Amino acid sequence: MKQTFAIGIGGAAGQGVATPGDIFAKIFSRRGLHLNAYNAYQSIIRGGHTFLTIRTGPEKVTNMGDRIDLMIPLNQDTMDRHLGLLSAGAACIFNADTIKPGTPASGVQLCPLPVSKLADITRNKVAQNTLAIGAGLSMMGIGFQSLEDVIKEQFQKKGDAVVAENVGVARAGYDYAASNFKPFSNPLPKTENRYAILSGNTAMAMGGAAGGVKFYCAYPMSPATGVLHWMAAHARKAGIMVRQVEDEIGVINMAIGAAHAGVRSMCATSGGGFALMSEGLGMSAMIETPVVVIDCQRAGPSTGVPTKTEQGDLWQMLGAAFGDYPRVIAAPLDIGDCFKLIPEMFNIVDRFQCPGIVLCDLLLSEGRLSVDPKDLDFAPTIDRGELITTGNGASSESATNGGYKRYLITKSGISPRAIPGVPGYTHTAGTDEHDENGVLISDEFTNPTKRRAMMEKRMRKMGGIEATVPPPALLGPRNADVTLIGWGSTKGVIEEACELLNEQGISANQLQIRWLVPLHGQAILDILKGSRHTIIVENNYSGQFARYLRSETSYVPSGYIRKYDGEPFMPHHVVEAVKQQLAGKTNLSVPVHEIMV
Amino acid sequence: MATGVAPPELQKIADFKGKVDPDWCPGCGDFGVLAAVQKALVELQIPNHNVVTISGIGCSSNFPGFIETYGMHTLHGRALAVATGMKLANHELTVLVTGGDGDGFGIGGNHFLHTMRRNVDLLYIVMDNQIYGLTTGQTSPTSRVGMKTKSMPFGNIEAPVNPISLALAAGATFIARGYSAEQKHLTELIKQGIKHKGFSFLDVFSPCVTYNHDNTYQWFKPRVKKLEDDPAFDSADWTAAMGKSLLWDDEIPIGKFFERTDVPTLHGAEPVLNEGPLVRHGLRIPVDTARSFIEELM
Repeated sequence: MKQTFAIGIGGAAGQGVATPGDIFAKIFSRRGLHLNAYNAYQSIIRGGHTFLTIRTGPEKVTNMGDRIDLMIPLNQDTMDRHLGLLSAGAACIFNADTIKPGTPASGVQLCPLPVSKLADITRNKVAQNTLAIGAGLSMMGIGFQSLEDVIKEQFQKKGDAVVAENVGVARAGYDYAASNFKPFSNPLPKTENRYAILSGNTAMAMGGAAGGVKFYCAYPMSPATGVLHWMAAHARKAGIMVRQVEDEIGVINMAIGAAHAGVRSMCATSGGGFALMSEGLGMSAMIETPVVVIDCQRAGPSTGVPTKTEQGDLWQMLGAAFGDYPRVIAAPLDIGDCFKLIPEMFNIVDRFQCPGIVLCDLLLSEGRLSVDPKDLDFAPTIDRGELITTGNGASSESATNGGYKRYLITKSGISPRAIPGVPGYTHTAGTDEHDENGVLISDEFTNPTKRRAMMEKRMRKMGGIEATVPPPALLGPRNADVTLIGWGSTKGVIEEACELLNEQGISANQLQIRWLVPLHGQAILDILKGSRHTIIVENNYSGQFARYLRSETSYVPSGYIRKYDGEPFMPHHVVEAVKQQLAGKTNLSVPVHEIMV
Repeated sequence: MATGVAPPELQKIADFKGKVDPDWCPGCGDFGVLAAVQKALVELQIPNHNVVTISGIGCSSNFPGFIETYGMHTLHGRALAVATGMKLANHELTVLVTGGDGDGFGIGGNHFLHTMRRNVDLLYIVMDNQIYGLTTGQTSPTSRVGMKTKSMPFGNIEAPVNPISLALAAGATFIARGYSAEQKHLTELIKQGIKHKGFSFLDVFSPCVTYNHDNTYQWFKPRVKKLEDDPAFDSADWTAAMGKSLLWDDEIPIGKFFERTDVPTLHGAEPVLNEGPLVRHGLRIPVDTARSFIEELM
């Protein structure tokens, strides 16, 4: 079993849960440790309850895990809600002045801090947080210097006096714990590795910048807003035009307008905003102007649970906009993949001149992960496809003799795309059905032969796209007792569930789907032919991927594990469900989430 | 010519003649708008490949297909949003947006409002016929109270939008009204609108001869009065413009209501565009910049 250590920090929104989280994250990453952070929160700016889990370790940490080693409740509510999550070996550090502990499980260490004795709480309102960080690091066996460095960075703008005061408070907590609390049994090691810590939203924004995105626009919507925030903050350094638009209808249309002018153009939203964008996606396909739309799924329908995760938008993506048209849909597998997928998606949509959808979710969008900086490649391959610009040696009017056909019928379905401003290639791109020249055939010129030819031309592109994206591959031992099938963000938790199952004598492997459209149905069938027991794991009510897989391949798995309470899977949810299903008790498991936020 | 350098080829009306002839009803006001736009582009000598004509959906929105420029025939109501993206991605292009009253003031009303306050540098021509034509004659946002249509057979009971007052309130920096039967006057307004640096709004009375039997050429003729003929009127005076915009019935002003040139355009206000049109920027982030982005996360 991997060595990991998880900290849970809980409090009301506005109480400063994020800052201790950031400080721990920085210290772990500078120690060369991996980490994964997930914040369970509510749609409220002040008050409510939020619970941040930071899990670290020397090896890759792919999910929040099952266990909390250290809990820091910032208020009574957190203590009452979550003390029961702690098991033997865990500890709880709390402000003894304001919080009454409950009765913990045996082997759980209660660590009361006499906050008003250790710090001047009239001067320092977050003294309890700083003391707890100091105490926690002391018990983890991490030297004080690393905390002092981070505090200096954090408060340097406020001047030396503030730095000195906070260092002093942290030191008091550190020393108090050293003489009063029992340290954790396995101190966290140190490695020479260095990681970047980032959210999926930051990763997708940076992936866009790396992939040559020059235009980004959005309307704020949780959990996609982080993409806008990164883009806006870095727009001028990265040379990206970033606009906040009046609504998502405006967003998609503005993005397509910019894309039509010849730049790589992207936008991000969540399910509700995406619904408003649907008609625009059809336009992108019809006028053959590529655009990339990110959908960060949250629990729906309607306003739903804005701060909670779900994989419930798959069928909206599959069915977005009326009519048949070529589209590409991919779901990033982890936060590092959020970065990598964006340039890949742009190369495909540029080559095939159609819309591309990145189907992310709150778990990745707002979660944070340690990523090797080498995996944040700012020089990925850029393939803009058959684009005619003045810059790439487009010929003059005489060379085309007015014969340029924007929607030329070709074997691949791809027609060379001229951008406005190039002499000799004027044409109109119409959302009405049109002929090769772009002339509308939908009004008095309606023509079944031309309509059929154009429809087939556009749809032929799907064959090329399928040949371009790789089929999925099986992870883990070929010959296993059970195959777990997931898509997108569940990769990490299923991976850990497989490890746990293997440790418990049940061999398990994993098929994780990244490219949803095109699906590579035959390749999937070929893989699953060798599986003894198959279970589809997904974060929604109706088994959206299971239904999609069946519609594409007629494949029916042995069972299903689903979760639709707003929270992500934890490894033991999957492990326990698999055991139940292998024992023949059920073929549909809906694990209960134990952390109440 | 004595020297060896050939003069640049002059733009002619023929250069702006579309791939197909308009399929508007005979007598439709939109013919006059098309002709005036073509004349204005020739008079301004803008090469057709540097012009993008963008429309939504409706009779008048078929416009881009009837003029030879780069064109986009987008979605109902969305032309201004598309045009904003186009202009920001390549601000050297002359962007014309064409459409009708339903497209612009009904389904596209939100974009109309926000494009004005952003002062996007483009000319928006609304062919205002006060009726939905392509859907065969329903009430539009500019239909007058009492007007009988297929969707309001007992007469419209809703007050119409006043596009000129709305544009004044929303901060448009060039606001004019034309009449498709006044060709010379309209051509002049189009030229001014193209030359204006910022959002130019041109509402054009473009009678629907098939479905609007109230606001006909005969109805407009005695009523339209050119603002240019009123020596007391100053188009730099916003309050005076607002006053004129409220006139209807006996006297309906046409001409330039308002212009101000002291507001930066959207593309002009964004330093990212200081080094030229976005479309010509390199795709790669400089190595040092990329490294700084990653270091922020460490």
